[in-house]
Amino acid sequence: MAQLQIREALRRAMVEEMRRDESIFLMGEEVAYYNGAYKVSQGMLEEFGDQRVVDTPISEAGFAGLGLGAAMVGMRPIIEFMTWNFSLVAFDQIINTAAKAHIMSGGQYTLPITFRAPNGAAENLGAQHSISVDSLYAHFPGLKVVTFATSDDAYGLLKSSIRDNNPVIFLESEMTYGLKGEVADEEHTVPIGKARLRAEGTDVTIVTWGKQVFNVEMATKKLNKQGISVDFLDLRTLRPLDEDALYRSVAKTGRCVVVHEGHIFAGVGAEIAARLQEVCFDYLEAPVLRVTNRDVPQPYATNLEKAVMPNPQRIIDAVNRVLGR
Amino acid sequence: MTVPPDLPERSSLPDIDPEGLLKLYQEMLLIRRTEELAAKAYTMRKILGFCHLYIGQESVAVGAAAATPGSYWIAAYREHGHAMAKGVPAKEMMAELFGKQTGSSKGYGGSMHIFDKSVKFMGGWGIVGGHVPLANGVGWAIKQRKEDTVCVCFMGDGAMHQGATFEAFCLATLYKLPVVFIIENNFYAMGTSLDRQSAVTELYKRGAGVGMVADRFEGFDVEVVRERVGRAADYARAGNGPVLLEIVTYRHRGHSMSDPAKYRPEGELEEKKLSDPLLLTKKRLQEEFGASDEALEQIRETVYAEAQAAWDFAEESPDPDVNDLYAHVYAPDGE
Repeated sequence: MAQLQIREALRRAMVEEMRRDESIFLMGEEVAYYNGAYKVSQGMLEEFGDQRVVDTPISEAGFAGLGLGAAMVGMRPIIEFMTWNFSLVAFDQIINTAAKAHIMSGGQYTLPITFRAPNGAAENLGAQHSISVDSLYAHFPGLKVVTFATSDDAYGLLKSSIRDNNPVIFLESEMTYGLKGEVADEEHTVPIGKARLRAEGTDVTIVTWGKQVFNVEMATKKLNKQGISVDFLDLRTLRPLDEDALYRSVAKTGRCVVVHEGHIFAGVGAEIAARLQEVCFDYLEAPVLRVTNRDVPQPYATNLEKAVMPNPQRIIDAVNRVLGR
Repeated sequence: MTVPPDLPERSSLPDIDPEGLLKLYQEMLLIRRTEELAAKAYTMRKILGFCHLYIGQESVAVGAAAATPGSYWIAAYREHGHAMAKGVPAKEMMAELFGKQTGSSKGYGGSMHIFDKSVKFMGGWGIVGGHVPLANGVGWAIKQRKEDTVCVCFMGDGAMHQGATFEAFCLATLYKLPVVFIIENNFYAMGTSLDRQSAVTELYKRGAGVGMVADRFEGFDVEVVRERVGRAADYARAGNGPVLLEIVTYRHRGHSMSDPAKYRPEGELEEKKLSDPLLLTKKRLQEEFGASDEALEQIRETVYAEAQAAWDFAEESPDPDVNDLYAHVYAPDGE
C-alpha cells in the first residue's frame, strides 16, 4: 500500500486512464510545460506529449468549449481549470452546453468529459480566488458533481469520473494537494454517487464533503471524548446525492449537522436540510443545522478569514445545539 | 473582393453540371417550402416557442453542404436550413418543430436544437456565440484521429461580438485546427443593424487579429458559395489551419416569428429580394442550362409534396411519452 500525496493520487488516476484509453487528453492552463499550477500533472507531458497534455492560453470559455466539442465526437477530455473561480467565465459552456446537450439532442450525443480544479478557500486569496462552486454546479441536472477528502478517494473517484459518460464537475482543494494517504497498489475505482461512512455513531449525524472532512474529523474526536458518538458521513458526490445513506443515518440518530464551505444561502446544505425534513420528519429530534462560511465575500486578512470559515469549534457548538446541551 | 493569397485559386470540387445545379435548386426549394409551412403551422400554434426562419439564406447552407460532404456541422438557432442541407429529413425536422416523439431530437429540442448524429449535424444551439468553441473540439478530434474532413461552424453577424467567439478564433489558429467558420452576415442581429453593432462592418477583418485566413463574398448564388467554401475546406483539410468566411446574405423574414422587422429601411427588402437565391438559380437553370418549365414545375410539385408530407408526418406523430421525462438527463453508464 503506497502513501500518496493527493496530487500524486490524482496524477496516478489520470496517467493510468490515459495509458488505457487514447481518446483521453488533459487540457488547461499550465498543465504541460509548467507541470501544472499545483503540480498535479507533473511529468505527464514527458510521457504523453503535447498533443495529449495540452497547454492553453488564458481562455476558459474557449478551452472548456473545445473539450465539449471533442467529447461530442467521442474523445474523453479532462479539462483543468486553474481554480474553479475561473470556471465562471466558462459558466455558459458548462451550464448551457455540457449539462444540456444530451437531452437537447434526444439522447444522441453524450459528453464524457471531466472538469477538474481546486475549489473553495485556500488562505488569504481574497474574494475572487476563494469561492466554492458546489451549489452552482449541483443545481443543474445533466452534471455530476464529485469531490473527495483523502488520497484513496481522490484516486478512485477521478478514475470513475474520467470513465463516466457524462460531464463531471470534479472538486479538488489547493489546501490538501500535499496531504498523504494510503492508496492500494492494485488498480481500482470508487463509484460515483456513494457516500462513505467515516465513523459510526448513534447520537448525531454530521454530513460533510471535501476538505471539511478534516475539520469534522477533529470535531468528532473531541465530541467522542465528551461521550458523544457521531455518525460521520462523507458524501463524496453531491449529484447524484446518496440519499439512502443520508436517510439511513439520520433515521438512526435523529439529529443532523451539515458542514460545508461556501455560502449558507441556497447552498447544498439547504438542499440536504430540506430533503431531511421531507423524508425523515418523523425521526428528527431537532432542527437540522448548518455550519458553513459566514455569508460574506471572502475577506483577505487572516483574522477575518478565520472568522468566515467553518472550524472544529463551530461544528462542536452546532452539535451541542442539536443535542440540546 | 479577391481571394486571399493563402487560399487555393480553385477548389478541388468538380465543375457543377446542370443536373447537380438542379439538385441544389431542389434542396433550396425544399428548405424554403418547409419553412413556409412551418410559418403557417406557427400561426396555427402547432409550432410553439421561438421559431427563426432561414428564408432568403438557403444558398449558404446548401452551397456549403455541396462543398463539404462528410464534414461535421455545428450551427446556431436559425438552423432549419443547415439541418436540412446536411441531410436531416424534412419530416423529422418538422416533427421536432411540432414537439413530437418522431422529431430529430425526440421532442426534447425544438426549433433551436435540431441534432442528427447520423448525418454529423451537431446542433442547433441557442446562446449566441456559445456554440463556436465546440467547433474547435471537433477540429481537435479530426486532427488527432487523422480524419480527412473538416468541421464547419455557422454563426450570424450577431455572434461576432461575443467573447466565446473570439476565444474560439484564437484557439483555432493557435492549434491550426481544421475548422471553417462561416459568418452569415444578414446585417441584423435581431433588430440591431450591423452598423449599430460594430465599428468594423466587414466582419472577415476580425480574422486578421488572430492570424486567421479570411475571405468575404456574397452568398446569394449557390454555385459561388459551393466553390468558395470548397476552397476554404481544401485549405483547412490540408492541415493549414482554420478559415474565416464572411458570407453576405439577407433574411427575408423578421428575427423570429414575432418580429415584423419594421426596423428595416423602406425598400431594402424589395431590393434584396431581387437576389433571392432561388430566383438566381432558377434563372441560371433556365437561361444557361436550358431547363424546361415542365422540369422546374415537376421539381416544384415534388418538393411541395415532400414538405406537405413532412407536415402530415409531424401532425400524425405521437407526443413524447411523459414517462420518458428523465430518460435523457444522463447518458447510461458503461463505455
